Formats: sequence, structure tokens, C-alpha cells
Amino acid sequence: MSEITRAEICAVAIAECFRNDGETLMSAFGTTPTVGGRLAKLTFSPDLFMTDGIATGIETVPPVSGPAREAPIKSAWMPFRLFFDNVVWTTRRHVMMMASQIDKFGNQNFACIGPHEKPKAQLLGMRGAPGNTLYHATSYFVPNHSSKVFVEKVDVVSGVGYDRAAALGERTSRFHDIRRVVSNLGVFDFDTPNHAMRLASVHPGVSVDDVVSNTGFELVIGEAVPETRLPSDEELRIIREDLDPEGLINKEVRD
Amino acid sequence: MDKRTTEREVVAELESGMTIGIGGWGSRRKPMSLVREILRSDLQDLTVVTYGGPDAGLLCKYGKVSKLIYGFVSLDSIPLEPHFRQARQAGSFRAAELDEGMLQWGLRAAAHRLPFLPVRAGLGSDVVTVNPELRMVTSPYDDGEELIAMPALELDVALIHMNRADKLGNGQFLGPDPYFDDLFCHAAKRRFMSCEKIVASEDFQKEGSVHTVSINRLMIDGVIEAPGGAHFTECTPDYGRDETFQREYAATAKDPDAWQAFKERYLDLESEADYQAAVKNR
Repeated sequence: MSEITRAEICAVAIAECFRNDGETLMSAFGTTPTVGGRLAKLTFSPDLFMTDGIATGIETVPPVSGPAREAPIKSAWMPFRLFFDNVVWTTRRHVMMMASQIDKFGNQNFACIGPHEKPKAQLLGMRGAPGNTLYHATSYFVPNHSSKVFVEKVDVVSGVGYDRAAALGERTSRFHDIRRVVSNLGVFDFDTPNHAMRLASVHPGVSVDDVVSNTGFELVIGEAVPETRLPSDEELRIIREDLDPEGLINKEVRD
Repeated sequence: MDKRTTEREVVAELESGMTIGIGGWGSRRKPMSLVREILRSDLQDLTVVTYGGPDAGLLCKYGKVSKLIYGFVSLDSIPLEPHFRQARQAGSFRAAELDEGMLQWGLRAAAHRLPFLPVRAGLGSDVVTVNPELRMVTSPYDDGEELIAMPALELDVALIHMNRADKLGNGQFLGPDPYFDDLFCHAAKRRFMSCEKIVASEDFQKEGSVHTVSINRLMIDGVIEAPGGAHFTECTPDYGRDETFQREYAATAKDPDAWQAFKERYLDLESEADYQAAVKNR
């Protein structure tokens, strides 16, 4: 088997985010998160539910690249409005969103860069991030880890982080649950007393210093930072043959 | 009863300063023939409420919008709407950016003739700072939770596009998603529905189950037969998105000359029929 790519390591780290979710709607945005989420479903989290990204739940796991396969088996109707009713506001979802900026408490921005009234760069807008983060498990993916993304203060808060959630009180924040951030350099969580972001593992070939020098705030770093685990042979086969034969993830995350 | 009308008659009824809700979602089943007619008009200073796609992009590009109420603006296959971005970055309109769920709740409050509906989504995010007019409400029950009082998004006019309609104003979607079109209609004083094809009422169920006739005639004041009216957004199963055309449209944002040429060729025309002919002959 050819050498394992950084993108493949990320895909497996993303799959791990969904490991203990049981019967939950798995939503993942971006190519590598899509592959990672589907890898989880095909391996250790078979009960995950997913949609075709349009308006229907599906009971098969389609690839993200390669020749067309058989049509997915469609099950439940899930148009946009029912998506809110069925999964978001009923808390039965774990979403992985991208972050253009993220701070040490997991406040995320993909709305715009610069002042909101006249941004330097308009991005996606708030989308569903404010509600998602208050209602169900959320993780983030950053394919280009740098101190421009991991910042002291995000320009605009679209996804709510731990400090702001805590300020809302226990009741309002009772479903708030920022699980992990996976970047091209490592995996991060918030398993610290004040929910400040912690370096949970570095990807093979990445040093702790690489992470620190590319991060614009002080990370919590334990004495021994483990390495992110490598994909198993079966996971590599699923990624390369079943999910992403064209290797699109390697264009999103470069070695 | 016959509610058939035309894009021109509908837009003649609109006034500058109005609040207009536009159905569809992103670059999907948008009432584009009505949007194009607004572009041809001298309407200005509009407040537009939308799950935004090229409707928002074009209306902003033309300077028709003073306030946009939205959760996102996207062309789907092109995630960021470049004309909307340009107008945003120029600061050329007031951006009332909400969580997508709040938008739904605002429309629902208006639909139910309520002043507001309580919503948790938005709390803790900058939705509350960039929309300073939002007020809070405290639950009167034992939980005492403080929530956002999402104000009713009352619309002067709703514009939607359906696959089929009858001349009475019943409307049918044949694709997978009704979007929020019914809520837009319920939230508006005047409601106009364009459609791919006007059919006899008894013919609806030849193409879809009774559940697909999601718009009833109490919700509609005027019906416009507009084949290709959602172009270049998708209108499945009648047609998919015209990706080539959409790419051409998106590319013009970067290049004023290309935009001018695009505008002259497709938009600065006399009528929707001329637009459809220009699209067909390209």
C-alpha cells in the first residue's frame, strides 16, 4: 500500500469524533469531513444516520469521488424545515463544520472577516452555526492550520464557544457540546477545567512546536502529547477504494 | 375565478421601500422571472427576506436592496455568491444576518400573526450584536430561561415559484423540498406565485400525490405561468440548475466588462420572453 497521506490521517481522526455517537445524524461539511464521517459509519459507528445532503435520509454510504455507483437507498423525508424539527432542535445531531477562525474556547467564525458592517471578506454568513452550537454536538475541521485561523479573538462569532455558552447559564447551554477540532496538524479538544482548547494529539510527522508556532493563542499542552493514530489497513482500503477513489481529500489537506 | 397575471403586472403593484420575501432556497426553485422583472423596474430601497441565492445577488448588484434579512446567500455548487459578497464588502446595504432557524421563526411568527416567537438559536453568538434591534424575553414559567424574542418578519409581498399551479392559485412542488414557500406566503399581505405550467386542478394528482400541493388558493393572489421562470436555479424535476450559465454569471463579478456584457445580453431586455430567448440562443 502506498504511503499514508496526512489527509488520510485527518479522515480517521474525524471518524474518531463520531465514534461514540450511536444513533445520531452525522453531518459533515468539506471533503475530508465527509469521508471521515462516512468512514465512521462504515466501521465502528454503524448506527449513524445521514442524509443525501438534499432532502432525504439515506441508508447507504455513497462515495465522494469516483465512478457513479448505484443510487442511494432513500428512507425518511428530510426537507430543510424538517431538518430543524427532526434533528437540530431535537438535539439528535453531531455536525462537523469548517472554521475560518476559531479561538481558544471554540468560538467559531465562518460569517465574514473584518467588521460585520463592512467586511473585508464576506464568507458563508451565520448559516445555522449559532443554533447548531447551542443545540447539539459540534466539531470543527481546519484543513490549513495557521495563526490566521487559530486566533486570540474571532472577528465575528457564528458558532458559540464554551466561555460564551457558560455566560448564558446552565439551562440555555445544556446541549452545548463542542467536541473536537481536527486540523491538518493535530487534534484538539476542550477537556480542561475551564474548557480552554487542549492539544490532544499531533499527527505523525508534526511536532508540538509546529502546532504552537502556528497557533495564535496559548494552547493547553500536557506533558506528553500523543500522536494521532494511523489508519488501519482496512480503513485505508475503505478510504481509497470505497469512499474516495480519486483522492480528493489529498487536495483539501496537502502533505 | 381566475388569478392569472404577468410578471409586469405584479411588479407594477410593488413600491419602493417595501419588504419582499422571496421563496426557494439558495440556487433552488427561485422565482427568478419575477426577480428579473424587479431588475427591469425602477423600484428601490427594498427590504428583502430570503434563504438567499442569485435573487439576493442580483438585487444587491442592481442596488435595489437597502436591507437584506438572511441566514446565508449561496449558489450551492458555488458556495459563496460573488455578487452578494461584492455588495456586502462595499457596505452597500444593511445586512440583517440571522441564524437560519431564526429566519424560519420570524416568518412563522408573522404567519401566526404573533409579535414574536421565542428562540434559543442566536444567543451567545454575534447575531445579537449585529442585530441590535433584537430584544430578549424571559420565560414566565419556573425555568425562567431568557430567550431571543424573534420579531415577526411581516412581508408586504411574497414571491414564490412552483412546478405546477392552477388558475385559482393552488400550487404544487414536484421536487424533494417545499422549502419555506408556504411560510413566506402566510407572512405576506400580497402573494404571487409563478409556475412552470398552469394545469387544470384535476390534473395535479397526475404528477404528484396530494401532499405535493402545498400551496392552497387562500395563500395566493396572483399566478404567473413562467416556463423556465426559475432559470438558472434548479427546478427539479422540470430542469436542473444551469451550471454553465451560473458559472458565467458568477465569473462576471470579478470583471466589470464581463458583467456589462452579461447584463446587456441577458438582463437589460424588454421582457422575460426576451430573456428566455437569449438563454436559448446562447
